[in-house]
Amino acid sequence: MSVHDTAEPNRRDFLYIATGAVGAVGAVSLAWPFIDQMNPDAATLALAEIDVDVSQVAEGQSITAKWRGKPVFIRQRTAREVEEAKAVDLGSLKDPIARNANLPSDADATDVNRAAEGKEQWLVMIGVCTHLGCIPLGQSGPYDGWFCPCHGSAYDTAGRIRQGPAPTNMAIPPFEFTSDTNIRIG
Amino acid sequence: MQWLDARLPLPRLMYDSFVAYPVPRNLNYAYTFGGILALFLGVQILTGIVLAMHYAANSAIAFDSVEKIMRDVNWGWMLRYMHANGASFFFIAVYVHIFRGLYYGSYKAPREILWILGVIIFLLMMATAFMGYVLPWGQMSFWGATVITGFFTAFPLIGDSIQQLLLGGFAVDNATLNRFFSLHYLLPFMIAGVVILHVWALHVAGQTNPTGVEVKSSKDTVPFTPHATIKDGFAMVVFLILFAYMIFYLPNYLGHADNYIEANPLKTPSHIVPEWYFLPFYAMLRAITFNIGPIDSKLGGVLVMFGSIIVLFFVPWLDTSRIRSTAFRPMYKIFFWILVADCIFLGWLGSKPAEGIYPALALAGTIYYFGHFLIVLPVLGLVETPRRLPGSITEAVLAKNGGGGAPVGAAAAPDTKG
Amino acid sequence: MKTLLSAFLAAGLMAMPLGIASAQENQGSGASVEANSDAATEDAGEIAAEEGHSESPHYPLKKPEELSWSFAGPFGHWDIAQLQRGLKVYKEVCSACHGMRLVAFRNLEDLGYNEAQVKAFAAEYTIQDGPNADGEMFDRPGIASDYFPSPFPNPEAAAAANNGAAPPDFSLLAKARAVERGFPTFLFDLFSQYQEAGPDYIHALLTGYDQEPPAEIADLIQDGTYYNPYFISGPALAMPTPIADDQVEYPDGAPQTVDQYSRDVSAFMMWAAEPHLAERKATGFVVMIFLVVFAGLLFVVKRRVWAGTPH
Repeated sequence: MSVHDTAEPNRRDFLYIATGAVGAVGAVSLAWPFIDQMNPDAATLALAEIDVDVSQVAEGQSITAKWRGKPVFIRQRTAREVEEAKAVDLGSLKDPIARNANLPSDADATDVNRAAEGKEQWLVMIGVCTHLGCIPLGQSGPYDGWFCPCHGSAYDTAGRIRQGPAPTNMAIPPFEFTSDTNIRIG
Repeated sequence: MQWLDARLPLPRLMYDSFVAYPVPRNLNYAYTFGGILALFLGVQILTGIVLAMHYAANSAIAFDSVEKIMRDVNWGWMLRYMHANGASFFFIAVYVHIFRGLYYGSYKAPREILWILGVIIFLLMMATAFMGYVLPWGQMSFWGATVITGFFTAFPLIGDSIQQLLLGGFAVDNATLNRFFSLHYLLPFMIAGVVILHVWALHVAGQTNPTGVEVKSSKDTVPFTPHATIKDGFAMVVFLILFAYMIFYLPNYLGHADNYIEANPLKTPSHIVPEWYFLPFYAMLRAITFNIGPIDSKLGGVLVMFGSIIVLFFVPWLDTSRIRSTAFRPMYKIFFWILVADCIFLGWLGSKPAEGIYPALALAGTIYYFGHFLIVLPVLGLVETPRRLPGSITEAVLAKNGGGGAPVGAAAAPDTKG
Repeated sequence: MKTLLSAFLAAGLMAMPLGIASAQENQGSGASVEANSDAATEDAGEIAAEEGHSESPHYPLKKPEELSWSFAGPFGHWDIAQLQRGLKVYKEVCSACHGMRLVAFRNLEDLGYNEAQVKAFAAEYTIQDGPNADGEMFDRPGIASDYFPSPFPNPEAAAAANNGAAPPDFSLLAKARAVERGFPTFLFDLFSQYQEAGPDYIHALLTGYDQEPPAEIADLIQDGTYYNPYFISGPALAMPTPIADDQVEYPDGAPQTVDQYSRDVSAFMMWAAEPHLAERKATGFVVMIFLVVFAGLLFVVKRRVWAGTPH
C-alpha cells in the first residue's frame, strides 16, 4: 500500500471514490421501493369514485357517504341556512379560500363557491375537521353549522371555519350531479 | 467519539471487531459466506418487516393479501420475490458455510461453542423458513404445515396433545396461521441475537484458515478493514447478482406451482414436497419404512430426521483427528466429498415420490450420512496419515506464491486468487 | 491448490441446492383443482393405482409443446394486441364458467385501454353491491375498481353446475400449473429462463381435445369427462372442448383458429397471473447492469487493496 509515485494515489483515490459513489447510488435506489411501498396502493387509489343517491334527502336533511375512507356530508340546506351563509362578510372569515376541489385553488369562500354548482341548496363536503381530523357534529355550535367536539372548532352553514383552532374551511371533494338525484363523488 | 467511548465503548468495540480485527491473510472465498449470511439476515428482516405491513394473518384473507402485495402494493411484487427467494439464498449460503466449516475443521477446539451456536442458528433458520412458507396459505403451505406438525404425533402417548398444542386445533387452521405469523416475525430477531453470540465466539477464538494452522504472529494476519471488508463486499455483490437473476428472471423457479392455489383443507395435492432446502431431511424421514424394535417406522423416521441435525452438535467430539484442515487429510477429503454428494443425492430423492426403488436408495443415503459422522469421523482420525503441515500461515502462503504447485489453481480459478 | 479446492467447494455447494430445488419444483406439479374436485377423475386415478405401479400411466400423457412467447426471456414484454384478443376470448367464451376474481377492471388499462374504455367495459358487467340503507343487496353496473365477477355465487354452486368439478379461477392459473420438466431440462431452464410452463400447458390443453384415446387409456375414462392427453392429473377432465374455430371474431385480422385463440388466452392468463412481469424484467435489466458494474469496481479495488499482500 506504499505510494510509489504521485500519479498512483490520484488514480487510486478516484477508484475508491467511484466505487463508493456507485455503492451509495445503489443503496439509495434500493431504499426507494422500501419507502414507496407505504404509499397508497393501486387498489386504494382506484377507489376514487362513488355514486350517491340523494333522492331521499329532503330539505333540511343530511346524509353521510363514505369516500376514500372518510365521511362526506351531503346536505340539502334550508333557505334560511343559505341566507345566513350568504350574509357573511368575506372579510370576517378566518379562511377566505373556498377549498373547493371543483374550482381554482384561489377561489373566494363565498357561499356560491362552497355550494354545488347551480344548486345552491346543496352542500357536499368532506366531514373532517381541518384541525386534527375529528368528525364535527351537524347543525350545532354558535354558527348553526358544524361543531367539532374534540377541540371546539365551529363551522357555519357553508362549512366555513368561524371559530376555534381549525385553520381552514372543510374541504369540498370533486363531485358532480350526474342527475337530479345522483351525486358522483371523485 | 472519545466522549462516547468513555461512557459506552461501542465505537471501540466496533473498531476492534470490524476494523482492526486481525484475520488470517490466506482466507479464500469460501470464508466470505459468513458475511453473506449476515447480509441476507438483514435482507430477510427488512423485506419481512415491509411485507408484514400488507400481509393479513387470517386464513380467510391471507392468500388474497399476498396477491394484493403482488398486484397492487407499490413494488410489492419485488419485495415479495426478494423475501421468497431470499430464504432460498439464505440456505444456499448457510449450506456453503456449514460445509466450509466441516472441510476446514472449524468446529475443533477451541471453537466448539462457535460451532454449536452455528447449529442452533441453523435450527432456528429451519423453523423460521418453515413457518414463513405457511403464511401465503397456498396448497403447499397448508399441506406442508399439516405434514410437518404431523411429526409430533409420532411420539407415543403425548404426540397428539403436542400437535394440538402446536396447531391450536385439530387441524391446521386460522389459529395455526396466526401463531406461525407471530413466531415467524419473532424468530429472525432471535437468530440475530444468536448471530451476535456466534460472532463474539468467533472473535474470541479467532478465525480458522485453509491451512488449519493457528495464527502464530502478526505476519500471519491482515487487518479486517480494508482487506476482509473489500473481499467480503465483492463476494456479497457477486452473490447478489445471482440473487437478482432469480428475483427478476426466474422468481418462481425455486417455488412450487401448487402454492398459487389457495389452501383447501379437503384436497391434498398429489405430491407434497417441502422447499428444496428441506429435501435431504425429508428423504431421511421417508427412508425409515420399517419398525425398529419397539420404535415404529413413523417415530423412527422422525427420530432419524431430527437426529441428522442433532448429530451435528457432537461433531467437535466425534472427529478424533489432530489435523484441522481437510486439505492435509487425503483420505478424509474423499469421504468429505462423498458426504457432499450424499446430501445432494438425498435432496434429489426427497423430491421423488416415495415409491419403487427410491425409499431403498434413501435408506442407503441415510445410512451413509450417519456413518460419516458416527464411524468415518472417529475412526479415520485415528488411522489416517496426514500430509505434513506448513510451519505457519505465512510459510504456506509464500510457498504457494513461490510457484510450488500453484499454477493449476491460478489458471483455473483466477478469481479466487484475487 | 487450496484455492482451487475451495473454489470447487463453493461452486459445488452452490450448484447443489439449485439442482435439487428444480427437481423438486418439477416433481410435484400434479395437483390440480380440476382433478381434485372431479369425482370422476379421482376414481380413474384410483383405478390406475389399483392396477399396480408399473401399469399406472404418468400424467400428463403428453408434454406440452414449448411455444415462443413475447413475454419470455430477459427482455420479455407484452404483446398488447394479443392480450386484447385474449381478453375478448375470455369474455366471450371462458367467463361463462371461469371467474377471475383477483383482476380488477382498472387493471385493463395495462392492456392499452384508456380510462373511458375501461369504464365502459366495466359498466357492461352487473355487480352485486350492498347492503343499501334498507339492508338489501342490490345490483349495479360495474365500475373500474370492481373485480371480474365470478359466474357462480360460490364454489359449491360452481361444482354443482359442472358435473361436480368447479371450474378453476383464472387469476393465477398460469402460475399454478406446471408440467414436470425432468432432469436435465430443469437445469437448462436456469439459463434459458424458462418460466412459461403455465401458458404452454394451457395452450396444449386447449388444443389437445378431440383425439382418439389409446385403448389402454380409454378404459380409464369416466362418463362425463373428456379425454385430453395434455391434462396434468388424469386421462380426462370435466371440461368439454371449450372453443371452436371462428367462435370469436377478431377485429385485427388475426387467424380465428383454436390454436390462435389458445395462444391469445394463454398469454392473457399469464398477464392476469403476473401483471408486473414486463416491469419486473425491465427493472431486472437495470439492476443486473448496476450490480455487474459495481462488482467489477469492487474487484478492482480489492486487487489494489491486496496488491502488497501475498495470500
